[in-house]
Amino acid sequence: MSANGGAPLLRCVELTRLFGQGARAVHAVDDVTLELRRGEIASVVGESGSGKSTLARLVLRLLEPTSGGLYFHGEDVTRLRGFARRKAYWTHVQAVFQDPFGSFNQFFPVRHVLRSALRLEDQHLSPQTREKRMASALESVGLDPGSVLDQLPHELSGGQRQRVMIARAVMVQPELLIADEPTTMIDASSRANILNVLLDLNRDRQLTILFITHDISLATYVSDTLFIMQAGKLVERGNVERVAHDPEHAYTRQLFADTFSLHGEAWRPAGGEGST
Amino acid sequence: MPELLVAENLQAYYRYGLNGWIRAVDGVSLSLGEGEILGVAGESGCGKSTLAQVLASVARWPLCPRGGSLHIDGHEVPLTATAEASHRGTVVSMMPQGAMNSLNPTQRVRDFVFDVVRSHDPSVTRRAAVQRARERLAQLHLPERVLDAYPHQLSGGMKQRVVAVISTLLNPRVLIADEPTSALDVSAQRALLALMAQLLVDGIIGGIILVTHELPILRNVAHRTMIMYAGQVSETGPTERVIFEPAHPYTRALMDATLVLESATKRQRIEGLEGSPPDLSRPPDGCRFHPRCPHASDACAEAFPPELRPGPDHTVACWWLAERLGAPRAESGARAVES
Repeated sequence: MSANGGAPLLRCVELTRLFGQGARAVHAVDDVTLELRRGEIASVVGESGSGKSTLARLVLRLLEPTSGGLYFHGEDVTRLRGFARRKAYWTHVQAVFQDPFGSFNQFFPVRHVLRSALRLEDQHLSPQTREKRMASALESVGLDPGSVLDQLPHELSGGQRQRVMIARAVMVQPELLIADEPTTMIDASSRANILNVLLDLNRDRQLTILFITHDISLATYVSDTLFIMQAGKLVERGNVERVAHDPEHAYTRQLFADTFSLHGEAWRPAGGEGST
Repeated sequence: MPELLVAENLQAYYRYGLNGWIRAVDGVSLSLGEGEILGVAGESGCGKSTLAQVLASVARWPLCPRGGSLHIDGHEVPLTATAEASHRGTVVSMMPQGAMNSLNPTQRVRDFVFDVVRSHDPSVTRRAAVQRARERLAQLHLPERVLDAYPHQLSGGMKQRVVAVISTLLNPRVLIADEPTSALDVSAQRALLALMAQLLVDGIIGGIILVTHELPILRNVAHRTMIMYAGQVSETGPTERVIFEPAHPYTRALMDATLVLESATKRQRIEGLEGSPPDLSRPPDGCRFHPRCPHASDACAEAFPPELRPGPDHTVACWWLAERLGAPRAESGARAVES
């Protein structure tokens, strides 16, 4: 709850993206208006095909919106012409994705991945500064730089790989981190560790995080604010405690009801307790 | 109650280099009753998917079943994938994890369905085969047009459900489901698990072994749950007991690391499991969990722990529990020598 007042960090205004044309066009993101305040963690939750990843790609400026506007620090970033200007935007907005395998070049060690990310910011850093920045980024995600830097991707566990990707993203000191399903490929027992890394970065660096997930239990664990998305539209939004205790939209209630829980009565579609 | 599937002391190793073996499944015994769902849980790399492959007779080199026996309905079933494995699909069927790679990219779903059914029943008509698939697709809320689609025209979740339908098409006695829900969102997960349960209740399938790392899923659908660590079984018992009164320190650690849906969990921090499972080409002596166990003592590093029965149908392999229950140490003799 570290959000302060003032101007929002990011504002999407009636953001829309169609795929295809004419009457058969798919409204992947449909008239989405939302605000992120500095220092908050907000989650976009929805089922497969709800448009949440398309929204993330629009905010990252990897996709052009069909209509609507995107404002970062109040500045219009909807139409950034040219690679150079988008690159400048990416020093402020970074992302981690679902598949930490796909994000690595398997032939190069971790050092290479991190070094190429630093180049985004400044081509002329001294080797010492570079090493120091890489080491502190790895430490901030709970990895030991001494052992990890020279390892190849396949020598790391899935959780370690995803931590390296988070380190890569925060190394350029962005203000906004977009985390698109960062824990789906990770073992259930180490998911909390990845989420705790995000929570710590938010607390220690005031990093604003937009978390994209289909799992509402993960979203309630990390978020201050929830945005519930269905078929391209935001159907419910609000403070996490309000949405969790008192969901207004039928779809939100459905999401909570369908999630498997360790509490309350068990579902048991195949009958009660087994043979004893 | 008649046991549907009985596996004794299964060993399955991966060939590694010229002389190395990775002992992914090392002395696993289990049984599955008629009408029962047995959940198998553990971290990545604990051998649960390897176990699924061995049980479903789909093990291929470099995975080599090295010992143990498997009986289904009292008949011995071969452990290796052989060309004439005619029991595959009808006696035991595998619902695989990687749905993305399980379909033929050059075939429409309907042709693939027909091929699968015809390979076991040459007299079946195309119409009958496709009709059976159509009914089950409807139960998973999939439109009929997926039958006419090529795999690349389907989303990941749709493919996973198509694979689920195909793997149960021949009404197998035992269904081995390896992480069937990992690519699905919550509503689709529920629909798939409901279909599996329905097939079980209707007697179309005899029993299900459900491999997953999601403990909340097992709590809601599995009758019994087995926890694996580093290729061995650490705890087996009725699901409610294993999950809510875990006797093994590893099960307890898994439970503590599980994120659950509770309102405003941000206030209470959950720590995930630290460290990683051991290298299975050189597993540690004694209890394989002892390097990460908060209760480890000298005994744990020396010999394999005894199998204890803290409750009905509840077995646990742990030295720490043995001490608390006051069980004599000599009990472990046989197992310790063996491993």
